[in-house]
Amino acid sequence: MKEFNMITIGVGGQGILTMMRIIAESALKQGYDVKTSELHGLAQRGGSVPCHIRFGKKIYSPLVMEGEAHLIIALEPLEALRACYFGSNQNDTTFLVNNYKIIPISVPIMKEKYPSLNKIFENLKHFSSKVIVINASEIVKKEIGSITPTNIYMLGYAISKDLIPLKREFILEGIEEIIPEKYLDVNIRVFELGESTTQTLSQDEF
Amino acid sequence: MVKNLLSDEKGKKIILMGNEAIVRGALESGIGFASTYPGTPSSEIGDTFSEIARDAGIYFEYSTNEKVALEAAMGACFSGVRSMVSMKHFGVNVASDSLLALAYVGTNAGMIVVVADDPNCWSSAQSEQDTRYYARLGHIPMLEPSDPQECKDFVKIAFNISEKFKVPVFIRTTTRVSHGRGIVKLGKIMKGKTKGFFKKDLKKFNSLPPHTMRMHEEILQKIEKIRKISEKTKINLVVNPRVKSKLGIIVSGVSFGYAMDAMDDLNIKIPALKLSLTYPLPEKKIKNFIKKFKSILVIEELEPILEEAVHRLAKDVNPKLKIFGKDYLPKSGEYDEEIVISAVGKITGKKLKMSLEYHSRKYKELKIPKRLPVLCPGCPHRATFWAAKVGAGTNTIFGGDVGCYILGMFPPYNTQDFIFSMGASEGIIHGIKKTTYQKAIAFIGDSTFFHAGMPGLVNIVYNRSNPLVIVLDNRITAMTGHQPHPGVGITGMGKKTKEIRIEDVAKACKVKHVEVVDPFNVKKMIKTIRKLIRSDEISVIVAKRECQLLAVRKKRKAGIKIPRYEINQKKCRKCGLCLYNFGCPAFYQEGDKIMIDKNLCTGCGVCAQVCPNKAIRRIGIRKVKKK
Repeated sequence: MKEFNMITIGVGGQGILTMMRIIAESALKQGYDVKTSELHGLAQRGGSVPCHIRFGKKIYSPLVMEGEAHLIIALEPLEALRACYFGSNQNDTTFLVNNYKIIPISVPIMKEKYPSLNKIFENLKHFSSKVIVINASEIVKKEIGSITPTNIYMLGYAISKDLIPLKREFILEGIEEIIPEKYLDVNIRVFELGESTTQTLSQDEF
Repeated sequence: MVKNLLSDEKGKKIILMGNEAIVRGALESGIGFASTYPGTPSSEIGDTFSEIARDAGIYFEYSTNEKVALEAAMGACFSGVRSMVSMKHFGVNVASDSLLALAYVGTNAGMIVVVADDPNCWSSAQSEQDTRYYARLGHIPMLEPSDPQECKDFVKIAFNISEKFKVPVFIRTTTRVSHGRGIVKLGKIMKGKTKGFFKKDLKKFNSLPPHTMRMHEEILQKIEKIRKISEKTKINLVVNPRVKSKLGIIVSGVSFGYAMDAMDDLNIKIPALKLSLTYPLPEKKIKNFIKKFKSILVIEELEPILEEAVHRLAKDVNPKLKIFGKDYLPKSGEYDEEIVISAVGKITGKKLKMSLEYHSRKYKELKIPKRLPVLCPGCPHRATFWAAKVGAGTNTIFGGDVGCYILGMFPPYNTQDFIFSMGASEGIIHGIKKTTYQKAIAFIGDSTFFHAGMPGLVNIVYNRSNPLVIVLDNRITAMTGHQPHPGVGITGMGKKTKEIRIEDVAKACKVKHVEVVDPFNVKKMIKTIRKLIRSDEISVIVAKRECQLLAVRKKRKAGIKIPRYEINQKKCRKCGLCLYNFGCPAFYQEGDKIMIDKNLCTGCGVCAQVCPNKAIRRIGIRKVKKK
């Protein structure tokens, strides 16, 4: 493998940075060069948080180029749409989307329209036909009573379906490295839950 | 904290953010003293120092502003202790008064000034200022790392230059370097001195004429000596030196990565001179490089500083050289690989294998609702803004300042009629008050008040105008990631210290009406504002309530339950005030119902006070789940 490019995106507070850091640590453990990019400050307060992760033999730029992503993990459907230009059919991009809407304040205040999930699904397909939508937050909430570790659930799903070319053992080591010890058990549980998921949503379900 | 940042395992590879790598570089250079005023994208340098200072056995402080932070680091280096001060680009404007004099006088032990520029203003609100000009203005050597490994390594080089030539040295990063992570190979930690001795030497430590002119001569001579290092150093290097090409590239900073990737994706190799010690420039090296080519592409974010140098140097060695730069690349905003590919493609005629035209067109057609940054659910600023609009009226002039409350500029709050720089709310509102008969409120944050708000307040009292100053005291420097400040009672080393109360400062400044009000008590806040906005003297309200992010985090840690609110649909008359006018992100609409998202609500209860139909109620206690 020459390089693997991915985007993790969501809304500030959804654990996008944590997911990015785990993947980066795992890539290092697997012997790859790795670079990432993130944003802090003003951009973070309830705003869109896109993170770039690139790993491979030798990585120069920390940014994924338009159309160049192999995988886009979105913790929120609208954010998947916002990042869709990083994906392309040429690069066989997979969109892995959490079916959990967070309505931006511009919808009520500025009368903007939150597109239907069906429409989002359809639009993503213009960029790459591989779109996977899962009810991650719902399942996580049901299982542990909080949606917080949705990010880890998504990661578990992605690893078990070989969407990220990193070994499970290194991802687990990455989780141990990044997640504080007292939250480790519940996160491992949620990761395994993600791995065991087979249920995905198809477009006609929206 | 970053594990392994203090590891003494030489050669160990760990992942660090650019800002963390700078701290590691300082630890490997024997630093003893670090200071900062937080400003993104540089904030994590201070935060990392704050976390590790005790264990590393060094001193760190959050100073009241960048000028003070710089001066503190100056004092340390004059006393023989290696020091580092870090700030964002506008911070250099604040610090420049002392910085430019320091450049003349020179240092004793090594001293590094880290400055993080922010092309694209990802975390900034004032301008896309290119701080490289300060290096030229002040004759201060400058190094520009392009990734975390270089961040660490360049700090060591910078300390060597600083100590050898007794000059302060700039490390300049940009957002994508500061907030980029990558693998860093560790070196050995060098235990530095934390105590030294200030040897009196007034001949050195002053900047009075005629000494000034002599020092000016000296610094110019020093710069010429450092230029020799710039010529020789391996960090100003040529990539692909043996490739035959009519075109050459000159590049600096993060753009180096974009250039390398662009060549890879376009499947071409072009010789590239990567400049890292960019002031003083290695003029001979540049001349030697450019004389071989028919054309040169200069890739640098923001201003055409290298490009202008190339124009000047080409006159001697290659007058016919075609120089591409800002005519092919933008002067504003940040760069990425796409931008570099477009420029290289235009010049070489090479094209990407992958065509993204259809793809780009499709993206432009998409209508994606904006996700503007918003005040968090339960933010006390929202409550204060609400009270100000009700209590003073929306025709009041709302002076804005720099902090989270900058988000008050967006609807539905609309409580920032102007925003300039740290502390400017008071200065400007005073001028407006002197020249109009309008009502006016200056909003300023707690940390901002200590940073640059105190002179503004004194000026209002001294020169007798009567605005209402509302200090949004959320007990922390929130926007940059929750750093303590003089009003909090904790230092950057985590030690207890005197808590300087803003209300006490205001009273000491002879402000007659000073009130401390909890913004979550909406009625009282409205009443107080209504009373004080009419005063013919300056009044200060300290709107005191801890940042809700922090408060919830503390409660979660302590296992304290927080209440939950919901809308009683029978009482709700769907007026939409909570959703459209109050603007808390926890509210949303489902069909014709307005609801509260229980995952977002932090239980502040302000909405229940604001609802005209008393339809929002507290429903028992929600236990905050531990993650």
